[in-house]
Amino acid sequence: MRYFSAPVLVWILALLLPVVAVTSLGVGTIAISSAEILHSFSSAVIGSSGDAQTNSILFDIRLPRILLALLVGAVLASTGAVMQGLFRNPLADPSLIGVSGGASVGASLMIVSAGGFIQAGALTGLSLVAIGAFAGGFIATIVVYRVATSNLGTSVTTMLLAGIAMGALAGALNSLLSYFSDNEMLRQISVWQMGNLSGANWLKVAVMGAVSIWLLMRLPAQAKALNALLLGESEARHLGIDVQSVKRRLILLTALGVGVSVAVAGLVGFVGLVIPHIVRLIIGPDHRWLLPASALAGASLLIVADSIARVVVLPAELPTGILTALIGAPFFVVLLMHQRREI
Amino acid sequence: MAMIAENISLHLAGFDLLRNINLTIESGQVTAVVGPNGAGKSSLLKVLTGDIKPTDGRVLLNGRNISQWEMREKANLLAILPQHSELNFPFTASEVVGLGRIPHLTGYGKDQEITINALQLVDASYLQRRLYTQMSGGERQRVQLARVLAQIWSPSDLGQQFLVLDEPTSAFDLSHQQMILDIVRQFASRGVGVLMVLHDLNLAAKCADNLVVVNNGVIAAHGSPDKVLSEQLINEVFDVQAVIARHPVTDTPLVIT
Repeated sequence: MRYFSAPVLVWILALLLPVVAVTSLGVGTIAISSAEILHSFSSAVIGSSGDAQTNSILFDIRLPRILLALLVGAVLASTGAVMQGLFRNPLADPSLIGVSGGASVGASLMIVSAGGFIQAGALTGLSLVAIGAFAGGFIATIVVYRVATSNLGTSVTTMLLAGIAMGALAGALNSLLSYFSDNEMLRQISVWQMGNLSGANWLKVAVMGAVSIWLLMRLPAQAKALNALLLGESEARHLGIDVQSVKRRLILLTALGVGVSVAVAGLVGFVGLVIPHIVRLIIGPDHRWLLPASALAGASLLIVADSIARVVVLPAELPTGILTALIGAPFFVVLLMHQRREI
Repeated sequence: MAMIAENISLHLAGFDLLRNINLTIESGQVTAVVGPNGAGKSSLLKVLTGDIKPTDGRVLLNGRNISQWEMREKANLLAILPQHSELNFPFTASEVVGLGRIPHLTGYGKDQEITINALQLVDASYLQRRLYTQMSGGERQRVQLARVLAQIWSPSDLGQQFLVLDEPTSAFDLSHQQMILDIVRQFASRGVGVLMVLHDLNLAAKCADNLVVVNNGVIAAHGSPDKVLSEQLINEVFDVQAVIARHPVTDTPLVIT
C-alpha cells in the first residue's frame, strides 16, 4: 500500500520547502514579521537601505543559516538514501562507512591540539575544526573502502564490518582526546558532536552549495543502478550495470557530501537514516523519486529543526542535532506503528 | 550462433568444482542441467553467465568471449533468473518487472506495455500493484521470472538471445510448473536458447531437447532425454534404484523411483 504517488509527494515537498524557508526567516531571538521581511528584501533588490538591524539579522545571520540547513539537510538525506540502497539495508546511514566517526576524531583532534588557534582560525570562516572534520571523515571512508576492496570487487558486507570497526576506533580515539582535554575543550567537543548550524556564514554556504549542487546533479544518473542493486549485485550486473564503478562513485560522492556537511554543521544525526526511510514508506523504493524526495524532505526537516532550536530555550539556543532527533524520532515511530497495523 | 563452453575447468579454494566441460547451448533449444546436490550445476551456470571466470577454458556468447561483451549489450542478449532473490525492498510487482527493462532504451510506454504482458504471461497480473515484500514465495518467483522475460522480451539486433533459469520450478505448484515449461518452449520457438537447472527429472524429460547430467564436476551424460535417461545412469549418479517407463500421453521417458 502506498500513500501517495511519487510525483505528487515530490511536488508537495518542492512547494513546502520555500514556505518553510521563508517562514524560518522570521523565527529567532528577535521575531521579524513577514511585512518587515518583504520590506527588507524589496529594498535590497532596488538598492535602497532598509532598517540596518533587521537587514543584518536577515542577511548576515538567518539567510546563510537557513541556506546551510537546507543544503546540509538535502545532502544528508539523499546520501542516506544512497547508502541504504547500496547496502540493501533500510537501516544503513552515511555513518556506516566511517565518515562521521572519522570526522569527529578530526574535529576533536583540532580542538585539543590547536586549542589556541580555534579562535584565530575562525577568522577565515572555515575553522580548523571544519577542515579537521572533513579530512578525518574522508580519510576514514577511504580506509574502510580499501579494506573492503579486493581484486574481486568491493564487498558491502566487509565494508559494513570495517565501518563498525572504524566507528569503534573513532569512539576510542575520541574518548582518549576528551580525557586529555580541559573543560573548555570538552565543551567544544560535545557541542560540535551535537551538530550545530549557529556558525553559519556565507563562505560555508558557498562551499556547501558548490558541493551539494555537484552531488545532487550527479546522483539522479545513478538512480537506475541503485534500483537494480536492490535485486542483488550479480542481478544488477546481469542487467548491464557496472556494479564496481557505481559503488566507487557513490561511496566517493557520499564521503565528499557528508564530509563537507559534517565540517560545516557538526554531527547532525537522524536525517540521513530516517528521512529516506520515511519517504520510502510513503512512495516506495524507486530511487528516481526517492533521491529527490529525500533531498527535499531532509532540507525542510533541518530548517524546521533549526528554527525551533533558535527559539525553544530563549534567549539561549539548542544545538540543531538534538532537535532533528527530537522531532524525527516520534514521527518515525508513529509511522512504523501505522505501517504495522496495515500489514 | 550459440553459447559455447570450451573445455572449462574451475578450481576454487583448492577444490576442483568443474573439470573439462564442453557444452553448447543452441539457440531455439531447451537444455536442462540435472545432477545431485553439489555436483557443480550452479558453478557451471555461474561460469557460463560470466559471473565467475573459469580457471581454464573459455565461454563464447555468439562467437565472442563472454568477458569481452560490453555489459549493457550482454544484458540485451542474456537474462538470468537466480535461484534465490535478495530483494527485500517494497517494490510493486510492476516496478520489479520494469527493472528488467533497464538495459533497453525503448522508452516508458513500450516498457510499460512489456511489463504488463510479461506479468500476464506468468499469471501474475493480479499482483501488479502489490508489494513484493508481501508476496508468497511462488508469487515472488513468478514476478522475478517476468522480470527476466521482460529483459529479452523482443529479439535483439545484437544477436541470438539466451535465457538461463536456476531451478525455476522450486517454489511453484503443479499448474505453475506446467506454465513455466510452456513459457520456456514458447521462447525457444522464437529462437531463444534456454538453459535451466532442474531437479525433477520428469519435468526435464518432458520439456528439454537436451539433457546434461552433471556429476562430480564433469558431464556424466549428454544428449536427448530418451538417450540419456537410463536406470544404470540414475543408479550411478543419484545412487537411486529407478525404473524408466514411458509417459502414456507425451511418450517421454518417465522416471519412477
